[in-house]
Amino acid sequence: MIPQPAPPPPDAVRMVGISKRFGTLQANNRIDLTVRPQTVHLLVGENGAGKSTLMRILAGLCPPDAGEVQILGQPLRRASASLAIQLGLGMVHQHFMLVEPLTVAENLVLGREPRRRGLFDMAAARRAVEELGATFGLPLDPRAIVGDLPVGQRQKVEILKALYRGAEVLVLDEPTAVLTPPETRRLFAMLRRFRDQGRTVLLITHKLDEVMAVADTVTVLRGGEKIADLDAAQTSPPALARLMVGREVRLDRGAAAPVVVPPQPVPALELCGVSLRGRGEADGLHEVSLRVEPGEIVGVAGVQGNGQRELLEVIAGLRRPDQGRILLAGQPLERLSARQRLAAGLSHIPEDRQEQGLVLDLTVAENLILGRQRGFRRLLGLDRRRIARRAAELIAEFDIRPPQGAVLARTLSGGNQQKVVVARELAGGRPPRVLLAGQPTRGVDVGAVEEIHQRLRTARDGGAAVLLISADLNEILLLADRILVLYGGRIVSSLPAGEASLERLGELMLGAAGESR
Amino acid sequence: MSELLTLAFVVQIVRISVPYVLAALGGTFSERGGVTNIALEGILLASAFLFVLGSYLGGHAAVGLVCGLAGGVGTAALLGAMAVTWRADPIVSGVAINLLALGGTKFFLKLVWDSSSNSSRVAAIEPLARGEGDLGALLELATHPLIVATALLVGGSTLLLFRTRFGLRLRACGEHPAAAASLGIAVRRIRWTGVLLSGLLGGLGGVWLASNQHQFTDNMSNGRGYIALAAVIFGRWHPAYAALACLLFGTAEAVQILLQGQGHGVPTQLLQALPYLLTIVTVVGFMGRARPPAALGKPFEG
Amino acid sequence: MSQPAPTSVLPPRLFRGRLSVEAQTALLAPVLALLVAVLAANLLVLAYGESPAAILGLLLAGTWGSAYGIGQVLFKATPLILTGIAVALPFRAGLFNIGAEGQAVVGALATGVVGASLPAGTPWPVAIPLAAGAGFGAGALWGGLPGWLRGRFGAHEVILTIMLNFVALALANYVTVSGFALPETLHGPPIVGGAELSRLSRFFPALHGSAASTAFFGALGVALLSWWLLFRTVFGYEVRVLGGSLAAAVGSGIPPARIMTLVMAIAGGCAGLVGTSSVQGYKHYYEDGFSGGIGFMGIAVALLGRNHPLGLILAALLFGTLSQGGLAINARVPKELVEILQAVIILAVIASSQEVARVLRRTGGGR
Repeated sequence: MIPQPAPPPPDAVRMVGISKRFGTLQANNRIDLTVRPQTVHLLVGENGAGKSTLMRILAGLCPPDAGEVQILGQPLRRASASLAIQLGLGMVHQHFMLVEPLTVAENLVLGREPRRRGLFDMAAARRAVEELGATFGLPLDPRAIVGDLPVGQRQKVEILKALYRGAEVLVLDEPTAVLTPPETRRLFAMLRRFRDQGRTVLLITHKLDEVMAVADTVTVLRGGEKIADLDAAQTSPPALARLMVGREVRLDRGAAAPVVVPPQPVPALELCGVSLRGRGEADGLHEVSLRVEPGEIVGVAGVQGNGQRELLEVIAGLRRPDQGRILLAGQPLERLSARQRLAAGLSHIPEDRQEQGLVLDLTVAENLILGRQRGFRRLLGLDRRRIARRAAELIAEFDIRPPQGAVLARTLSGGNQQKVVVARELAGGRPPRVLLAGQPTRGVDVGAVEEIHQRLRTARDGGAAVLLISADLNEILLLADRILVLYGGRIVSSLPAGEASLERLGELMLGAAGESR
Repeated sequence: MSELLTLAFVVQIVRISVPYVLAALGGTFSERGGVTNIALEGILLASAFLFVLGSYLGGHAAVGLVCGLAGGVGTAALLGAMAVTWRADPIVSGVAINLLALGGTKFFLKLVWDSSSNSSRVAAIEPLARGEGDLGALLELATHPLIVATALLVGGSTLLLFRTRFGLRLRACGEHPAAAASLGIAVRRIRWTGVLLSGLLGGLGGVWLASNQHQFTDNMSNGRGYIALAAVIFGRWHPAYAALACLLFGTAEAVQILLQGQGHGVPTQLLQALPYLLTIVTVVGFMGRARPPAALGKPFEG
Repeated sequence: MSQPAPTSVLPPRLFRGRLSVEAQTALLAPVLALLVAVLAANLLVLAYGESPAAILGLLLAGTWGSAYGIGQVLFKATPLILTGIAVALPFRAGLFNIGAEGQAVVGALATGVVGASLPAGTPWPVAIPLAAGAGFGAGALWGGLPGWLRGRFGAHEVILTIMLNFVALALANYVTVSGFALPETLHGPPIVGGAELSRLSRFFPALHGSAASTAFFGALGVALLSWWLLFRTVFGYEVRVLGGSLAAAVGSGIPPARIMTLVMAIAGGCAGLVGTSSVQGYKHYYEDGFSGGIGFMGIAVALLGRNHPLGLILAALLFGTLSQGGLAINARVPKELVEILQAVIILAVIASSQEVARVLRRTGGGR
């Protein structure tokens, strides 16, 4: 008798040929993902790379258009959260799936409640919190209302929820986004313990530096496709960053060499020690100081969620800074309303085009006067002829298609929608004094990207101070004259475009120490 | 004002409050699950009518009871289909359901009894014991099956909402349906159950209304569903507090009826408007904001 | 690692062309709703042992079949146009006004009180605007209050307006019975002759006997004016921006609280003008309990008219036809049949809007 070798343990997760499309967006395109048991596996990619969709499919929350899912060797036959849980999957969502008015104990057992004489056994639920907490080193007060807990504690509740359901495969979506560095270290120690006890951990993240320490294997997604499977020991954060960002690096700026503007006596835009509490799970701003001179493009690089949104909101006047000053050409701005800021020469291309930049159910012509509507009055009403004329001019100038002012903004492609926003913000003959550009080409078709870039350069050449905030490093390297790196709500580095490279920026964005300013 | 302290007055308050309490308990379940329930008015009216119809055709109040409850549940099912299954706006649905119940009961009132004001007299649910005078009224109250049932249902509803698996899941679906779904809870089924419970409880309220008068009269719910909704909000979506709010509103109504007959200088309309004014004060937050279930009125798309 | 380009998995479109899901829904849903309503009506008529065709004929003959019938339809449609506007305008700002009933009641009361207290000889150019203005003002107050509470405190306008309906009824009842009403009645003294609106039969003798007054043209005017306000003014523009996206409104410096208060006040004022149609145009005095669900019907009218000031004129005429038609068929089938129909139409419209949009999205029928 030849001794049969023990069959190898099944893969913790096996996803084959997963595809998923939302409307025109191919979120996942034939993705294969294999996670070996008893490892810490990293799934990385930019925002919109398809990580969340893939994980929702894995957790049974959304059916794939095509492909198969196996958890610990068992097929997930239908998109069912309870089936996935039953097969041993535990998911800790980025946006916590916690019922805030309920207690920790109630949240823990929801969907799998202990019962005693037909009633919900609260005592057993509380005991479960205490016992599991003791076993895994996650002490929590079972009676506490979840809504009253700080985010770090809520994450522990989420992890306990998964463990309570007997999760063998623990999926954590961006778990470090909400944690302080010491909390992060403790979380990783715990994840390592889980692995050593025989569990499997799948971590989804775009903050690489900190997680590389715990990872065994890495999968990189980009644009809905799998780009690489790597051994963590044989790669590095800059290499991963390159894979994540992808696309051939086009550092050929052509004739558009960076301009060097020496500091002026009065900068067009100046922030002095601006701090702002973060909303929800994002980083806030911590004592951010920066200047933008007239006639330069300053790019803000950084991984999403490091304070970019807050920076835009605070300058655009949507939120008041908790402390610090904002000066527009030397005038204090923080007391002015959004409308007054516009009058003072501040234009804003919002990050969130469809929510904030446009009103999708208004026409293109109407969207082209948003925020400027009071300038189009005639007698008691709106001067429709002037609005139509303005629309016709801008549509022609910015090549917006279809070239009709009367169609709803909703019917335009993403690129043309963005051109509407750009046209509005740059319209009016002379360029604005300060232009805030938040992700100006995200989700924009390739043809429109170059046009929008050219518009930003033209505004700069006309004397506008442009603050460009983008998650696309290529865009920053292509456009910016000076680059700031935002990490954890702080500006960690400032360098002239000539000294920047993808590698250098990648390291700085991931928290590697930069030169101090 | 000594009339206010008599036993008869207390009995009166209880009798007035019963339909409010039942409808409010129903509203609590529906709204805790995340479905705004304006349709309580229609539920009361339809079940009152079907109680009378059942009692009339079946010759026995028990048949009426079954029909009345079925009427309440059926009306609620319409809300469930609209708001939960088809994900339509629960408020517009509720308004339309109320119009439907009003028109429908009038239509069939004419069809069956050829009258536009009231049905014929039918067998009603009676107290098990009777007596004379104030004490007798109290005895009748204490032995009336519907009143005993109402008292038990207040406790039972509180227990169901806060001490059972279903209650926990229902509250989770009203607060954060996506979280509930991520744990494998069938959100729509739970919400449907909450809505149907509102039909069952509101239906019992309608049965009381009609049984109390031994007949159906046109528009006999007369805005009681809206008062019950006000009580749900004023009672902060808690069955026991909502029931207490109903007693408060019932007391105001009893005082108002008492004063109406006597021509005091007190404007009875102020008492009439009291439930609504208190509810406005509650939602504006002058008395500490009442926090509705976070997903109230929002269809679950997942 | 290279993979073939993804092929389109979209199913073929239901419709060619550039109609959005919203536009297709707007066209399809009411048609579907009317079909459902007609089916329900047929069943009920059959239950009554009548022939649906005969009843429909009776209904049409009693409304559009005679000059008198047409006049009555216009009369019934007048307040529906006004309360429909009262729902549709705030809807464009993302607010749901369930309070048109209460706003109409306080408006009519104010019109009745002011109209009755004017000196007897007040000429019509003074009396008519004063009485109508009082109704508009009172309604505006009753609508503006929940708008302000919503904008300032974030209190839910649906609950507020529902509750204010009942407060309005109690208030109007109080004013009526504590001295305003004539002895032994529930109605106030007649308004002065100068505040009365002319019956349309004065200009079109064929309408003789019908209650339609110039208030109908007033309501049409208000609908046109609200269309102009919504689509041709800065204020209307800001209302539509707010309704389209709160973030875009805030980002472009539009103050949400002020817009909410104003649009609700204007809506309440329009509902308050029901007093003009019912007091100045018809009864010539205020009567307690006159409203009878007119505000709730406004919701239906606004829904069916797609919240467009001109669309809801058509919807009001349809509902007016149904109300008047109900009287025409009452001898054979209870007139409540049309109340059921109205409710079924609302339910079918909202259910089918959701379903039609969903089916269109699923089949990729729009963009």
